[in-house]
Amino acid sequence: MLKTDPYTINIGPQHPSAHGGLRAETIMDGEDVQDVIVHLGYVHRSVEKIAESRTYAQFVPYASRLDYLASHLPTLGYVQAVEKLLGITVPERAEYIRVIVAELSRIASHLIFAGSLAIDLGATTGMIYCYRDRERIMDMFEMSSGQRLIASYMRIGGVSHDFPDSFYPAVKSFLGDLPKMISEYHGLLSGNEILQARCKGVGVLSADDAIAYGITGPNLRASGVAYDIRREDPYGIYDRFEFNVPTGHCGDSWDRYTVRIEEIEQSGRIIEQALRDMPAGDYLGKVPRIIKPPAGREVYHRIESAKGELGYHIVSNGTDKPHRVHVRAPSFVNMMALPLVSRGGKLQDIITNIATLDPVLGESDR
Amino acid sequence: MTSHDNSIGVGAAELMAALRQLAGIDEISQDEFFVYLQVDVSRLVSVMRSLLNDWGMNYLANLSAVDYDSEFEVVYHLYAIPDNGKKIAVKVRVPHQQAQVPSLVTVFPTADWQEREAFDLMGISFSGHPNLVRILLPDDFSGHPLRKDFRKEA
Amino acid sequence: METIFIDIAEFLTSWMVGLGLAPLWADLIITILQWAVIVLIITVNTIVLVWMERKVSGFIQERIGPNRLGPFGAFQTIADTLKLLTKEDIVPARADKLIFKTAPMFFIIVSVMLYAVLPLGNNMAVVNLNVGLFYFISLGSLSTICLLMAGWGSNNKWSLVGAMRSVAQMISYEIPLAFSLLGVVMIAGSLNLSDIVTAQNRLWFIILQPVAFIVYFIAATAELNRGPFDMPEAEQELTAGAYTEYTGMRWALFFLAEYTNLVAVSALAATLFFGGGQGPLLPSWLWIIIKTYLIMLVFMWMKWTFPRIRMDHLLSFSWKVLIPVSLANILVTGAGLELFRWMGW
Repeated sequence: MLKTDPYTINIGPQHPSAHGGLRAETIMDGEDVQDVIVHLGYVHRSVEKIAESRTYAQFVPYASRLDYLASHLPTLGYVQAVEKLLGITVPERAEYIRVIVAELSRIASHLIFAGSLAIDLGATTGMIYCYRDRERIMDMFEMSSGQRLIASYMRIGGVSHDFPDSFYPAVKSFLGDLPKMISEYHGLLSGNEILQARCKGVGVLSADDAIAYGITGPNLRASGVAYDIRREDPYGIYDRFEFNVPTGHCGDSWDRYTVRIEEIEQSGRIIEQALRDMPAGDYLGKVPRIIKPPAGREVYHRIESAKGELGYHIVSNGTDKPHRVHVRAPSFVNMMALPLVSRGGKLQDIITNIATLDPVLGESDR
Repeated sequence: MTSHDNSIGVGAAELMAALRQLAGIDEISQDEFFVYLQVDVSRLVSVMRSLLNDWGMNYLANLSAVDYDSEFEVVYHLYAIPDNGKKIAVKVRVPHQQAQVPSLVTVFPTADWQEREAFDLMGISFSGHPNLVRILLPDDFSGHPLRKDFRKEA
Repeated sequence: METIFIDIAEFLTSWMVGLGLAPLWADLIITILQWAVIVLIITVNTIVLVWMERKVSGFIQERIGPNRLGPFGAFQTIADTLKLLTKEDIVPARADKLIFKTAPMFFIIVSVMLYAVLPLGNNMAVVNLNVGLFYFISLGSLSTICLLMAGWGSNNKWSLVGAMRSVAQMISYEIPLAFSLLGVVMIAGSLNLSDIVTAQNRLWFIILQPVAFIVYFIAATAELNRGPFDMPEAEQELTAGAYTEYTGMRWALFFLAEYTNLVAVSALAATLFFGGGQGPLLPSWLWIIIKTYLIMLVFMWMKWTFPRIRMDHLLSFSWKVLIPVSLANILVTGAGLELFRWMGW
């Protein structure tokens, strides 16, 4: 009988599939994974500490750098948390604008997910097709906010600009092309035998484990738990829209992939409804020039970001700067599942699992 | 027209009354979003366990630590999956000198990394945690930056 | 046109003999000259191939591809080659230096040696070997040893995993590759590549041996370490596998050898299954170039479309699908041959 010794390899922080700066210390026996130890913090920028020395409004650009793949979502969560703290309301039109850009951000994030899954599995072409379609969303963001990737579009009390006229035809043609795009992904990626073999049954996360480890977002829904904060605990005006919460069957990588592709369709539905119902009016409400929430108030506000539950815990001390801002980052908590789902798999499965758990390191390391 | 109506809504009074029966609560209060339970450190684990087992609060959404000048406050935000309308925030306070809180890893596995983060950035030691090491900062970093007395260097 | 290269060779030989050289020495000089020409063709051809691969991938991915240097970006690869030539040659401090340094040389030598037996047109093989096919297959598996040398010499875990993968892959895919060619050999009745081409005068073997061709194509993709079977490199998993530690020209030699192998394997496919240099109007050497390029196009198409297969799936595919299929193919071919002989064809 051959005697084998386990050896350790570091996947990351410098690695083509490390999604930024993730380091997965992997203990291997041949090609079999015995254990994975995740090391975070390579892109830690002390955002929470910075928040304590910035005014409430000044923090918005920092929030946009958390989940930089869908920058409207972290900024949305932050401004809504501050609005809760102040007890102010937002004009109707601003709410609809927020929903439209937030859902577009979600689509953009999921397209990056599909693209990076494809390239992590070695299908370079799949990535290009997803990025090609995401590019149209980036163009729309450029129209609305002037910024493509990390847009500080949200304002406390509304948004910074109204949509320009050119935005509507762009978003409508994008929504019109969405079914075509999705069928193209199904043809190129979902229908591919190799991709299915690499994803099906790989990285199975049971529903009980997912709940116990606080896994949220598409990763939780892939495990068969229909828990979507937009549905369960609606924030903003999400209770006005009709959409399905897609769920998976067994919580493997394949389910995590299909759930996200279905979510793209559902986001498209929400945007369609929002465009239909959008009223005229102000896009920015009346907000005091200097934002000073009453002392001792605290709030925990959570939204369904593209990656999962994104929460802000903000404590005020009566000054114009927050006493404490804590970001509950979905990617941070979701990465706890990586060792869980990778043990006992193959080296190549870790790559699949990192890709399908879809972390964004700017958010998890903060 | 209020937009953020994800408050706890009706049933809050009943929830408050029922929660008063829960052993080990020092103080109970509520605002429009959460029911806040102030719990003594020594009873934290038992309160959490009964919230999990008897109240179905199976989802520890958030764990954050706040530095008030002489004390630290650790706040746990609890929800249920599937949602049962209850939103409970449990708070414990510990003095600066003895910043030690029992770990909840055995009750909520998700507390693992969140406690490590609170340890890393705020310097709260979670007793009973299986692997309490820094998670975001480098291992050789000294100090806990989110403390208010942490000296910032430009 | 048909015999232009043979005529040149004959003219040179007779010219040298005319100068008073012994015919043996003249032949030797011609052989060396042929080798030099082949090496030159390989190098230039690789530059063309890299450009072609970039353009093909650009086309598949709705991009333009290289378009700045020269017409249609044709000089881009030349610029890249110059860059690689001038790059610093880094040898890791703890590498096994001798093995590390010689691995790329062996790799390219083995690849170039493949061309010795390829008939690049009628009567245009450098060496018309009786056991040409056998020679080809055995040399093809040698490249794995070079990869193992690279992986071991680098003293890097990624490289070693990549090298071990390549060994496992070679052991598994060498068998269906050889078996798939056996059917062709049985029909042609010879291991000599020129004879096999002649045997296809009436009917190309792709029609008689379609299963063998498919098996050969898949196994060859694995042998070439090309996507979707590029396990030893596996950029997204093993960073660059066995090539991780290589820089500059040493890395370029691997790159060169990979493309050289690609051409050789495609040319062999054209020889064995598509009638070699046979075709109307055009001279035979042009036909084989056209066929080789078309086959390479399919290889590129596959690489840019498929994700990478998982290692254990790769091995089980070989042992559970390809080997039984190729064995059955040999059986059917043998039975068919007997049947035809019995019918008196």
